[in-house]
Amino acid sequence: MTVKLGVPSKGRLMEKTFDWFSQRGVTLTRTGSEREYAGAVNGVQGVSLVLLSAGEVPRELATGRLHFGVTGTDLVQERLPLWEQQIEPVQELGFGHADLVLAVPKAWIDVDTLDDLDAAATAFRAVHNMRLRIATKYHRLVREHLRHGGVADYALVDSQGATEGTVANETAEAIADITSSGETLRANHLKVLGEEPILRSQATLWRSRVAPVSDADRVVIDGLISQLTG
Amino acid sequence: MITRAQTLARAAELRARFEAAGALPVETPILQSAETLLDLYGEEIRARAYVTSDALRGEQMLRPDFTVAVVQMHMADGAEPARYTYSGEVFRRQEHDPDRANEYIQVGYEVFDRANPAASDAEVFALIAQAVAPLNLRAATGDIGLLTAAVRGLKTTEPRKAALLRHIWRPRRFRALLDRFSGRVPLSARREQLLAGDIACDAPLVGKRTQAEIDRRIQTLRDDAKAPPVSAAEVDLLDALLGVRETLPFALEQLRDIAVDLPSISSAVDGISRRAEALAARGVDVENLPFETSFGRTSMEYYDGFVFGFFSPNRADLPALATGGRYDALTRRLGQGAEIPAVGGVLRPGLMLELEAQS
Repeated sequence: MTVKLGVPSKGRLMEKTFDWFSQRGVTLTRTGSEREYAGAVNGVQGVSLVLLSAGEVPRELATGRLHFGVTGTDLVQERLPLWEQQIEPVQELGFGHADLVLAVPKAWIDVDTLDDLDAAATAFRAVHNMRLRIATKYHRLVREHLRHGGVADYALVDSQGATEGTVANETAEAIADITSSGETLRANHLKVLGEEPILRSQATLWRSRVAPVSDADRVVIDGLISQLTG
Repeated sequence: MITRAQTLARAAELRARFEAAGALPVETPILQSAETLLDLYGEEIRARAYVTSDALRGEQMLRPDFTVAVVQMHMADGAEPARYTYSGEVFRRQEHDPDRANEYIQVGYEVFDRANPAASDAEVFALIAQAVAPLNLRAATGDIGLLTAAVRGLKTTEPRKAALLRHIWRPRRFRALLDRFSGRVPLSARREQLLAGDIACDAPLVGKRTQAEIDRRIQTLRDDAKAPPVSAAEVDLLDALLGVRETLPFALEQLRDIAVDLPSISSAVDGISRRAEALAARGVDVENLPFETSFGRTSMEYYDGFVFGFFSPNRADLPALATGGRYDALTRRLGQGAEIPAVGGVLRPGLMLELEAQS
């Protein structure tokens, strides 16, 4: 058995994760062809690299198939309702910053808070005979946020991409999505509701609380944690 | 460990007991229209019910309770008056507490009767109370109708009352609205600007909500800003009302005192008094029956009058073993123009057996 470390398999998130580890003396590399998701770990013994989609890291940690994994706080909290019991954060990595925010058309000058959104949603339902639609892929986080804020009369509609465009396309009246700079929101004539974001997220190294660990693994795990966080 | 067979046997006993009390046994489908439940409860139901779908019928939900289906059945072709009983699985999505069951057996008793609501309330409560009597549970009762009557009677604008009524079941939002309407929270600087017409927007309006809707809301906000605040005296009376938590005779005394200054609740208080008599006539120990105005306010339910629950005093970790209440408004919403006063309650035989096994 080796200790398994899961990191995102492509893009900037992978590159920055590789950089972050190499700055701490752990070299992660992809092996084989460009398209093959295989990897190697140098600089520490007994750790194997698993390359996978960032969205699958939470589940793999929660089921114990990974001992460590890198993914965003947003994906962990959306996909693992009881995440604190299943995994624990080891270190925030300082990149991949993004906020999950609610956004409405900028021209809605009467809507700045959840309170306003609730009032607008009720009036909208009376006029259009449908609930005000909010497009998102973060269903659970958004629903809990709106319940906490006491917003009723809305409907979540699923949007797995190009969420900012749903309002202009009239498949939603508002959106909830991850934003880092807000530029896409502005370009689509949307504004963030002027309250705290639903969640502040960044790339984080997590550790599974449930993965099986042998005595030898324990030594490797302690060594890895002290090397990465020391 | 309680087996499923034991739970089903207990459920059958309970249902037979309700049949003996005059109820007609009914069955309802497990799959229910998601649209109906979403319309009734809003998006929050998705956190509590399992959703499934197919390409033809779209979204369906595994029944989170029987009441909606029983009401639909009764409104479609039920004779009046009617008493129904049922037993079967309900399904509740659990995302916060892994120890809570996501599938369990419920046995229920529902009364659709126009004649004497107080007597029907007492009938349902007494039957459920007798069924759980050997368990020595703690009873809780309340009446959602008190708070709605109080809100309707406030000396303030109709839109404010409508907003408060809509959020009766969300105490935090209710409180925030009340604070705003009573002038306890000042307008934000941005809101002041909006009301003064000082906010311009150069971005084009995208989406389905029209400029007319935006203008109308701003006008509503301006009207609201001009309306006098809900008086501190009325807010105090609402707080006093929400604070009533006593055995029923003392609660009634306090409610009558409050009704002197808040006459809008008088008829609701008279109703509670009539119910107390009906309960006593059914042999319920009314002298020691707790009453709490706020009871039943935080559960996302459809009750709009009498509400009750039975809890284990030793096992605070367990959910209610029995709950029930009056849901006249639900029959109105599902009845397409028709309506009938209705009250019902449900038991959880699995939890009853679990408690019995402990003692």
